[in-house]
Amino acid sequence: MADPFLRIDNVTRQWDGAGGVSDVSLSVPQGGFVAVLGPSGCGKSTLLRLLAGLETPESGRIEIDGRDVTHLAPAERNLSMVFQSYALFPHLDVAENILFGMKVRRVSRAERNASLARALEMTGLQGLERRKPGALSGGQRQRVALARAVVSERPLCLMDEPLSNLDARLRHSVRRDIKALQTRLGLTVVYVTHDQSEAMSLADTIVLMRDGKAEQVGSPEDLYHHPATPFVARFVGEPPMALIDAEALGEAPGRIGIRIEAIERDDANPDLTAEIVETEYLGGRTQVLFDLPSAEGLALLLDGHVTLPPGSRIGLRLPHEHRVRFAADATPDREGAKAAPRDGHKAPDTFTVTTSKD
Amino acid sequence: MAVSTTDQRHTERRRRTIHGWLLLSPALIMLTTFAFYPSIATLWASLWSRGTRRNPAEFVGAENYTRLFDDPTFREVAVNNLFYAGVTIPISIILALTMALWANSKIPARAFVRTAYFTPTVLPMIAAANLWLFFYTPGFGVLDQIGALFGAPSVNWLGQPETALWALCVVTIWKESGFYMIFYLAALQTIPEDLREAARIEGASRWTYLRRIVLPLLMPTTIFVLVNALINSVKLIDHLFILTKGGPSDSSKLILYYVWENAFAFFDTPAAAAMTVLMLIILGAGAALQFLVLDRRTHYR
Repeated sequence: MADPFLRIDNVTRQWDGAGGVSDVSLSVPQGGFVAVLGPSGCGKSTLLRLLAGLETPESGRIEIDGRDVTHLAPAERNLSMVFQSYALFPHLDVAENILFGMKVRRVSRAERNASLARALEMTGLQGLERRKPGALSGGQRQRVALARAVVSERPLCLMDEPLSNLDARLRHSVRRDIKALQTRLGLTVVYVTHDQSEAMSLADTIVLMRDGKAEQVGSPEDLYHHPATPFVARFVGEPPMALIDAEALGEAPGRIGIRIEAIERDDANPDLTAEIVETEYLGGRTQVLFDLPSAEGLALLLDGHVTLPPGSRIGLRLPHEHRVRFAADATPDREGAKAAPRDGHKAPDTFTVTTSKD
Repeated sequence: MAVSTTDQRHTERRRRTIHGWLLLSPALIMLTTFAFYPSIATLWASLWSRGTRRNPAEFVGAENYTRLFDDPTFREVAVNNLFYAGVTIPISIILALTMALWANSKIPARAFVRTAYFTPTVLPMIAAANLWLFFYTPGFGVLDQIGALFGAPSVNWLGQPETALWALCVVTIWKESGFYMIFYLAALQTIPEDLREAARIEGASRWTYLRRIVLPLLMPTTIFVLVNALINSVKLIDHLFILTKGGPSDSSKLILYYVWENAFAFFDTPAAAAMTVLMLIILGAGAALQFLVLDRRTHYR
């Protein structure tokens, strides 16, 4: 296996010992698409800014294409970036915005024009060259930001929640455009998002961050089916995993996670009996929600339109092959959103993830 | 039936007309009393001769104006004012911008720096002029005392024709640039940090970012400040009363001071009126030019 294209070694950047990123390692192969996922304040944007060179790590090392860039200026790292706000220059038109960097670097006019034509074609912005950003729609601005990022054909592209300012419909189509662009240009992309469905659909590796640390690194399937901690189980998937106290299932103390689509109705030989709170018809399927003190997010999916009276109790079977086991003390917080204690109470070693893609 | 609907419509229209005039009247009354009427009265006065008890004023047309153009003092005063504007406007704007850029960056004691720059603006011009009078005083003034440390001879900054106008310019710049800095500072804070970071990633140096991004985005502020500075260069003469009274030998006299002299010292109202009209025309043309020419090349958000 070739050396990774992007390599982050034990990078830490904190403010007064809090926030930011602490001791994160990651490696990404050439052409990889990594999504950095996490709730707000987990340090994912800081990680991206460290890669971009907009922040300097306190310790650790960042390597891009075999070159140590830890202390290099952003411009010397040979990367491009798409900002959440797009960061378009409001007084420059679309073409000037896209070509700003090339002009600064004194690239010849002929080369600039060729690159501009290519970038406009790839992003479908032809005909808008002379418009100012203020005269563009949100989706068009987003595409200008993308065009500006790809025009110089730099091998690494950083994206900071690029879709968060778009409406839901547009988000889906731009998501596809980003993926297509990445494949076509063979870009290595690091993509920050708080939307797990974006991360699942785009990335081939997901870094789930929590309180400045990488909670789990793996493929979308890995995170979905084999979450390392209850935090991951709660964060990934829509709906998230159901979490049940292991004792309720007659196992050793701890917690059991299971995808709700794996849960089956079995009144004859149930693992659990639970009281129905309500049923939601989703079209094609019905989701049945339960109230059980020893479980969180417990639900059942049934085919077709089923009505079950709230308050009645039904039996559920949780197939063993779909169960994921978590140690007892792995979640200091049940909600998963509150910060973990920042002092010495570290999670047990089984949950610190060592990352190596190769 | 038909008559009453027409009547109703008529009353309604009248009601709306009265409503409209009522809304308009505060601004209309204020502007008429303090702007329109004085301007027209001035224009009118400038067309009449100076009346005495024996010779009542008579209509003389443009005679006051031709007299003005033949007046060597007026010409000197006009040149003085052009020089004064030409020196104070660009220097205070450049200084204001530099201070704003500095006060906007991450420096220690930023609040102190901002306050320090802004303090001269808070002082009344009369107080500032008295302060500077002490700085400039030959012999024991601060400037002379500092000069004496390096063995420089005593200079009467305000008392010699070669330096008097320069001395006034310095006071104005010191007084005004802090005020303009506030506008630049406010405008700078509306420029998102993202733009700087995007430019940095693209490899733009600090200077390129300033020249290609910041200055164009500050253009609306620059126009605003420019118009204000132009008006102030004509309007602000308080310090003349304290520092030089236009002397020595008219070398530091500005137009408005001369207008005041004509009107209230020499009691030549027509001449003062004619000068005022000329000033208004030039100022109006200047402002219109700035707004028309620069506006087209300016990006407003």
